[in-house]
Amino acid sequence: MLSSVVSVAFHGVAYGMILYVISVGLSVTMGLMGFINLAHGVFAMAGGFVLSSFMARFGVPFPLAVLSAFVLVALGSVVLERLLYSRLYGAGELTQVLFSIGLILVSMASARLIFGDQAARVLLPDYLRGQLHMMGRDFPTYRVFIIFFSLGIILLLWFGVERTRWGAMVRAAVDHRAMAQSVGINTRLLFMATFALGSGLAGLGGALGADILPVQWAYPFEHLVYFLIVVAVGGLGSLRGPFIAALLIGVADTACKYWVPEFGAFLVYAATIGILLWRPMGLFGVRA
Amino acid sequence: MSGYSADTRIRWTEWLPWVAAGLFFFLMPEYLSLGARILIFILFALSLDLILGYAGIVTLGHSAFFGLGAYTAGILSARLGVNDAFLQLAAAAGMSALLGMLTGAVILRTRALTLLMLTLAITAILLEIANKWSTMTGGADGLSGVQVSPLLGLFKFDLFGRTAFLYCLIVLFAAWWVVRRIIYSPYGAMLTGIRDNAARMHAIGAPVYWRLVMIYTVSATMAGVAGALLTQVNQFVGLNVLGLEPSGDILVMLILGGVGRLYGAFVGPVVYIVVQDTLAKQYPEYWYFGIGVLLIFVVLFARGGILGIFDKLRDKWLSHSRPKSSARASAR
Amino acid sequence: MNMFRLAASAALALAATAVSAQQTVKIGFITSYSGLNGNLGPYMERAVRLYLKQHEKDLGGVKVELLTRDDTGPNPDKARQLAQELVVRDKVNLLAGVIFTPNAMAMAPIATEAKVPFVIMNAGTAVITTRSPYMVRTSFTLWQSSYPLGQWASKKYKTAYSLVSDFGPGHDSEEGFSKAFEEGGGKMLGKVRVPLQNPDWAAYMQRVKDAKPDVLMVFIPAGKTATAVMKNFSDLGLGQAGIKLIGPGDVTTDEELPNMGDVALGVLTVHHYSAGATRPQNKAFVAAWKKEYGQNETPNFVAVGAYDGAAIIVDAIKALKGNMDPDKTMEFFKTWKNPNSPRGPISIDPETRDIVQNEYLREVKRVGGQLANVELETVATALKDPWKEFQKKK
Repeated sequence: MLSSVVSVAFHGVAYGMILYVISVGLSVTMGLMGFINLAHGVFAMAGGFVLSSFMARFGVPFPLAVLSAFVLVALGSVVLERLLYSRLYGAGELTQVLFSIGLILVSMASARLIFGDQAARVLLPDYLRGQLHMMGRDFPTYRVFIIFFSLGIILLLWFGVERTRWGAMVRAAVDHRAMAQSVGINTRLLFMATFALGSGLAGLGGALGADILPVQWAYPFEHLVYFLIVVAVGGLGSLRGPFIAALLIGVADTACKYWVPEFGAFLVYAATIGILLWRPMGLFGVRA
Repeated sequence: MSGYSADTRIRWTEWLPWVAAGLFFFLMPEYLSLGARILIFILFALSLDLILGYAGIVTLGHSAFFGLGAYTAGILSARLGVNDAFLQLAAAAGMSALLGMLTGAVILRTRALTLLMLTLAITAILLEIANKWSTMTGGADGLSGVQVSPLLGLFKFDLFGRTAFLYCLIVLFAAWWVVRRIIYSPYGAMLTGIRDNAARMHAIGAPVYWRLVMIYTVSATMAGVAGALLTQVNQFVGLNVLGLEPSGDILVMLILGGVGRLYGAFVGPVVYIVVQDTLAKQYPEYWYFGIGVLLIFVVLFARGGILGIFDKLRDKWLSHSRPKSSARASAR
Repeated sequence: MNMFRLAASAALALAATAVSAQQTVKIGFITSYSGLNGNLGPYMERAVRLYLKQHEKDLGGVKVELLTRDDTGPNPDKARQLAQELVVRDKVNLLAGVIFTPNAMAMAPIATEAKVPFVIMNAGTAVITTRSPYMVRTSFTLWQSSYPLGQWASKKYKTAYSLVSDFGPGHDSEEGFSKAFEEGGGKMLGKVRVPLQNPDWAAYMQRVKDAKPDVLMVFIPAGKTATAVMKNFSDLGLGQAGIKLIGPGDVTTDEELPNMGDVALGVLTVHHYSAGATRPQNKAFVAAWKKEYGQNETPNFVAVGAYDGAAIIVDAIKALKGNMDPDKTMEFFKTWKNPNSPRGPISIDPETRDIVQNEYLREVKRVGGQLANVELETVATALKDPWKEFQKKK
């Protein structure tokens, strides 16, 4: 019993970490820019495809391919932000919903045209495969790696937001955009940089997670609900909230599947409703 | 934006959809099954417009009521042997109204993303139930064996979809009439007031929350009726009536047509379904690319949806030819 | 000589055309090109087109028109509307295709009411063909593969665990396997049903691992889910724990093998078709496929179901000389046999209008640097759908 608790917690945390790395950007863009970007999963999908094509076609080693996924997706998202997203800041949530659904459809069709019907092929390097044996149980190496790697990213991110000048500006803009603007913060540039970072992280998460959540053209729609739940339950504009929420969902989902598989995804949705009724702003929301 | 207006008479332009539907019936008898599908989604979109367009409730879970209505009608026939069309409609309406009232009472105190997620989670839970409770719902295989007795004992649901089309048209007409009555009533005016500034409506003493629950219930009822129609026309219910996808689709159709203007709910589904149907025949693997481009185009160049384009054109024309009357046009 | 023969056959073809007055048989072809598992539709259409291309000349001048429609996934009302239109507006002689069970079920009343023969080329829930006397199935049922799989497994292993997707075919697979396995004296340690769209598989795999069965029977719809399952099986070290992975062929579907990599090696499955089968008809089929669609493309079991579906249609057209009277067509379908299908000899059971075929035990091996499902033995010959046989006995 105890050892199965350990396993469930472990798998849940690994799953939650991926969810967090993908979704944290969404929380920030929604909190900071008030943009309901349902198309956030597109960036994660792009990351997965970058990883797989760099590895399969150009023989790029895994760590470099993950890094490229982050950089390329971040750069690509800047182009999108300048061309399209920036026109829709403050355009009303309906317009943004319509736009992001349109973007999802276009990118799904494009991904299918370019990469075909099969899921992105991810062949992990040998040092990340197999199991680690600890405390009388086996733990898949890759998931251990995901947990520690994501923790590193998260610490870096928190340091950036809590301790740097850029972070202070972001927090100021989340709390009160007009005021931030009036004290001379270039919100346009700030938005762009933050958007790029958030999207880049999604790309990173998509790439890292590709071995667990297979990346295929239908990806942006398939996982949309989970990303949204993480953000809504965690609370907009916060870094801590989505982290707790992602872990909670990862562990709850895993536990439910392990002990009461006949309930399916029921528990996750019920928990979402419960938490949102209890705290409508999410666990650590700055604004609803 | 339409709303409370002194002039509630039906303008001649408002007859156009019905004339068009009549012409469609006689001129394109081979497209009636597509036509019936469009009518059903118009009704569904209309129900969404009531809460989204007039009361400002953004939802990604309107399929909960559509699906509940569909399953209620289906289960009534396939499991309990009640094959009367109107009984099925009434039961679907009742169940959806109940769900609308119960969930509305709980979730309508929240706004924005929280509300969006609550509605989404509710329809997702219903989807889980429909999937798991397969003795009742048929699960993922769908519910077959649904039958509908000939309407009034006379009109059988035929292969050409004639009966189905006219039946849907009549139900839609009735719903349209009800919706029109609501939005042009003082109650409708109160709703738009809430949409535009809830705090102010509180301040003047309007019972904001109860008004929202009420309209949410009405909207849920209509969505349930639309779902029941889908079941009756297809004599089948599948899991695809619940969950995120149908909710997203109907939201897209409505915004595409134009929100909060009654006839946006007519234009949106027609355009969306016809474009989808045509594109899918040409490019079955990539049709959603076209839809996506259409949506992005509308967002960038026609914020008010398709009907918004007409408004702009008319305003332009009016301001050129009769500058004085443009005030009336923009006030509406 | 060559020129003469060409001219002669051209003249003959012309004559035939004149006689049949440019007859056209219209096939309403509904499948899934978009949405969940929208990748399977193209396999189906390619297979049908390939067969038609190969056998157009045998049709004696009758033209075949394929009207393709996208049902956008498990979307029964859309499928039904399309079927209705194809029947009413396009006046098709036959309906065909369909990946998903609910879509086939929703279309059944149309086939019955309009008397349009309906060739099911994939959807594999056993019950489907009982829904309309105008349905015939050229693909498979899940019982056909899972039942012999259970019989075979019960001879080699004592305990089993089943993991299936929570929908009709999954339930069939679970029931078929566990019935046979328990009849053979085996013990089921547990059965788990997984939502169709399931993101992370670790929890389920851990559950299985902790139950310590001898074998794990997995059925999930072919495609990327199969790869995800396979990777999780390997990541969590179920293989090292001494658990053998088996299943109907979907879990090692031919086109996903390259994505799975070495983790698929040694997996045993029972299925009616494998692209790696060495019988000459299959080699010719795979070669024709690669020639038509590219060297990197591989047909799979969906393709073969549609390929044989096209064969039954073409044979019916030949036999009826293009006059596709629905009842005569169905009579023809019921007695149809094809000893030369890429999957071996097949026929239609006249009683149930369902496919009768062989089932093969296969193992994933490396053949010429590529992974392939290698057929080891024939575990069932000319097998009718076991579910319907059991229903009869009841």
